[in-house]
Amino acid sequence: MTRFVVSRIGQSLLVLLIMSFVIYGLIGLMPGDPIDMMIASNPMMTPADAERLRALYGLDKPIIERYLNWAGAALSGDLGFSRLYAQPVLSVIGPALGNSVLLLACTIGLSVSIAVPLGVLAASRPRSLLDYGINLFAFAGISVPQFWLGLIMMLLFAVVLGWLPASGMAPSGASIGEQMRFLALPVATLTIATVGGYARYVRSSMLEVMRQDYVRTARAKGAPLRRVIWLHALRNALIPFVTILALDFGSLFSGALIVETIFSWPGMGKLIYDAVLGNDYNLAMVALMFATGLVLFANLLADLAYGWLDPRIVVGGAQI
Amino acid sequence: MKPNSPLALAMQRFVHHRLAMFSLGVLTLLLVLVLSAGLIEQLLGVDANGVDLMNRMAPGDEVHLLGTDELGRDALVRLLYGGRVSLFVGLVAALIAATIGTLVGLAAGYFGGRLDALLMRTTDSIVSLPSLPLLILLAAIDLEKFLPSTLANSENVSFARIVVIVSLLGWTTVARLVRGATLSLKERDFVLAAEGSGGGHRSIMFRHILPNLLSPIIVAVTLSVGNVILLESGLSFLGLGIQPPMASWGNMLTNAQETIWEAPMLAIWPGLLIFVTVICFNFLGDGLQDAFDPRAEL
Repeated sequence: MTRFVVSRIGQSLLVLLIMSFVIYGLIGLMPGDPIDMMIASNPMMTPADAERLRALYGLDKPIIERYLNWAGAALSGDLGFSRLYAQPVLSVIGPALGNSVLLLACTIGLSVSIAVPLGVLAASRPRSLLDYGINLFAFAGISVPQFWLGLIMMLLFAVVLGWLPASGMAPSGASIGEQMRFLALPVATLTIATVGGYARYVRSSMLEVMRQDYVRTARAKGAPLRRVIWLHALRNALIPFVTILALDFGSLFSGALIVETIFSWPGMGKLIYDAVLGNDYNLAMVALMFATGLVLFANLLADLAYGWLDPRIVVGGAQI
Repeated sequence: MKPNSPLALAMQRFVHHRLAMFSLGVLTLLLVLVLSAGLIEQLLGVDANGVDLMNRMAPGDEVHLLGTDELGRDALVRLLYGGRVSLFVGLVAALIAATIGTLVGLAAGYFGGRLDALLMRTTDSIVSLPSLPLLILLAAIDLEKFLPSTLANSENVSFARIVVIVSLLGWTTVARLVRGATLSLKERDFVLAAEGSGGGHRSIMFRHILPNLLSPIIVAVTLSVGNVILLESGLSFLGLGIQPPMASWGNMLTNAQETIWEAPMLAIWPGLLIFVTVICFNFLGDGLQDAFDPRAEL
């Protein structure tokens, strides 16, 4: 077990390290460089000044050296300054991360609390109307462009009906009810896109469990079907579902980027988008690293949770 | 085709999959429509790029069947040209990704050992990355920094760029699938026989193993066409994919978002077409999967 955990953590760290170099290289390929930005904002600068500045900031050095300088500074806690927000990068990322967590937590909470009962019902009546309905809804969920779904929701609930604010976030200090009103449309959009797929996972994993011997034993000793389904079977059916949730976190995070952009929700996705489009190199670098780290961590958790929730699972020849 | 060959049996099962057959019909119709976009343009006497500022966001009439967009261009013809781009990007990128994935999976599964470990850890790592943020970064890089400027500024560069970046991250599913199947195929008697009769690695991989992998690959490609179209439209919507004046369903929605109060239908049509196309490819893939592998139940 320990060996598996250690090697799995090591692998994640290695990927994070490689990605930091890849992202750094790619950001170097973004249009312009910081000196171009300074020249654009200051017409007094001559090309000779620009060269001197490049040397001063080390931009004339080879990329490996620049990367190592950046990494050294980052590890000592200096993540640089955001050009767009005129603040240290970390104090921009902090609130954005919080907003994303709020959005994603509400989405996962809502989506799971709808998907689990639906999946269980569908599994207890395979090939019923409900089963087909869920299947269809799951297909629709993975096929709908989330930006379009968001626009339609906005059109319907904000423009036509006028029930909810079209975009943005409640001002700080607003009541919880007011904050919920701003959360409603982005959460609903992400939930519609994910709930069908989740329900399908629950369904297939329930069907798997319902075939097990202990379920038959429970029925045979006279436990009522409802009790067997919700108490005996569901607990085990949720094990693969939990890992799928964690594995799916990356795609949820990606979807959230688009939804955050449409609804002007100031989360990590929108921050990354704004930083990349606004040529805010420092912010883009750190925000992308945070996003990568977060998704890698969710994947790591998925792998570890699988063994932890179900001790029967054997990894790499040894029981963990 | 022999009456009871595996392919014939698969065809029979596929024909009975009503949703998949219906999707195939819808996609065929769509393909015919987008390919005849030029013809329809002439028949209606409109011009897809003809800006008419006196006639902006007009409702539909007998010339502009779906009305005009925010620059007075015909919405229907632009939808068809946009569909041509979106479908083409989807098909080409899915095929390239599948080719990469097949080569990686074949090599990993067939040779095994360290190569397998290396390729599969790479695949796992790519799968566990946040794809859209990275795609946005890839879409924003400045091609002039490493390509000759004639190439970097050519008209089709936004098209080629999106195909390349989607293929770069999209090959992992096929690679895993092909590796798994190769692992079991390479122990089968016909492969051992080919080895025994002196077949080289290349001939065994491509002439004996690969043909047996075609059905899962076809399913995976079909399913990924839908995904690619979603990615392309998402990136184009964010202003990072297909660049105007070339129309794509995604970038048509960008403009429609700003005029959503005045002309909501302009925002409905492109998204509806993306939705219908993607869901049809997904149903088609699902039907093909059932047809090729009737034992696999969800």
